[in-house]
Amino acid sequence: MTSNSNVSNMRRLVEQLKLEASLERIKVSQAAAELQQYCHQNAAKDALLVGVPAGSNPFREPRSCNLF
Amino acid sequence: MCDQTFLAITFGPCDSCSENRPLMNLYIKTEPINYCSLCMEIMACQGLASGETLKSLKAESETLRKKLEEERKKLHDVELEKVAEKAEALGELNMKTRRTLKGHGNKVLCMDWCKDKRRIVSSSQDGKVIVWDAFTTNKEHAVTMPTTWVMACAYAPSGCAIACGGLDNKCSVYPLSLDKDENLAAKKKSVAMHTNYLSGCTFTNSDMQILTSSGDGTSALWDVESGQLLQSFHGHSADVLTLDLAPSETGNTFVSGGSDKKANVWDLRSGQNVQSFDTHDSDINCVKYYPSGDAFASASDDSTCRLFDLRADREVSIYSKDSIMFGAASVDFSLSGRLLFAGYNDYTINVWDVLKGTRVAILFGHENRVSSLRVSPDGTAFCSGSWDNTLRVRQEGRGVGRELKQGGTTLYGSGPRAAVMSSERD
Repeated sequence: MTSNSNVSNMRRLVEQLKLEASLERIKVSQAAAELQQYCHQNAAKDALLVGVPAGSNPFREPRSCNLF
Repeated sequence: MCDQTFLAITFGPCDSCSENRPLMNLYIKTEPINYCSLCMEIMACQGLASGETLKSLKAESETLRKKLEEERKKLHDVELEKVAEKAEALGELNMKTRRTLKGHGNKVLCMDWCKDKRRIVSSSQDGKVIVWDAFTTNKEHAVTMPTTWVMACAYAPSGCAIACGGLDNKCSVYPLSLDKDENLAAKKKSVAMHTNYLSGCTFTNSDMQILTSSGDGTSALWDVESGQLLQSFHGHSADVLTLDLAPSETGNTFVSGGSDKKANVWDLRSGQNVQSFDTHDSDINCVKYYPSGDAFASASDDSTCRLFDLRADREVSIYSKDSIMFGAASVDFSLSGRLLFAGYNDYTINVWDVLKGTRVAILFGHENRVSSLRVSPDGTAFCSGSWDNTLRVRQEGRGVGRELKQGGTTLYGSGPRAAVMSSERD
């Protein structure tokens, strides 16, 4: 019955909003600082940022082999 | 319990709504109840508690919405860009195309890396799914699906199987064997069944479970072996277009984005929608978690990408330019989370500084929309798939040996300060 399903839907919505409202949140300043810290800590390992050591790069252009 | 065998119906008519759907197996006092996932959720909310009326519930929902808005506003004390002013500036990037994978006869719609950082699976509009060795550009396996528009594909964590699906409304798993001549199609296993197209799929931490998203507005978690629906996620009011699983260290959640302009975060076990973000102005085509798991980025038809922090529960950055007028189809982060790569419908890839909110490079090369973009598991390269039927693997071209300078505004690497645009044509 539509009235029952309206009620069920409203109840689901209210339960959902209650859940979202009860969330523990932190300040943007703290969240931003932690994102920045993560970037900084991992920057040296980030090959798309600093480049790949030429010797160990599997995607390097294949060199031709000279066979004598 | 283990020596009992019983038949569990995984797909069929729901006892409540009579539609043919994947069924949740529930037992109430040893009686099997075969409800579809939506009816199961509604069942939990039936009836009114004392004193509740439809009107009182409506009023309650309004108060709760207002409270949510206030709570979120209170914590917005600073912008991410301001905090990031002290971060080092990025030098000019020099992305080079290392490999171009040619072989698809039609638009590439999706791609995924294998954990071995070498193999790639890609799927296309003409129904072909190809497994490539990106180092050699050889095609290792090829399957023709019995459907066109294979919009989703994924590599299993073990590297021994792939999953894919699209307009057939299903997600199928193909075990990959070392025998190149083996007929892959014969071993196909249908796992997920939706009532509309499959838009995304990913394995969870093992080969045993698959998470799917669909045009039917739901996401779902499936057991690969039995095809059983383990959990269903209802909450989007339109097609779900994308999903991403949280990095394993941060627990059991995933984020989904849809045509309803919302990005929802879900708890895998309970099926609960734990957080919701609705600041985009159009369909969200792709969502990706930040490497630490504390945030995620989204790409949308409104031509912007945005960063949402999960613990602050709000959007914290927006990556956009007036000159970018076409929708963004796909995003991914570099290993450290400092760079955001985004593929657009204007055939370009824009690289954004996640912290400062500025664009650091535009990459050209594709001759049609960039539909899919993923950074490799070890972060050394990224691959983009396009409607021009090709995939391109790119890397940062500067060699290591340039030190990162601490503090101040020194650029990475030496050389004259270059313009922001770094074009790369092949």
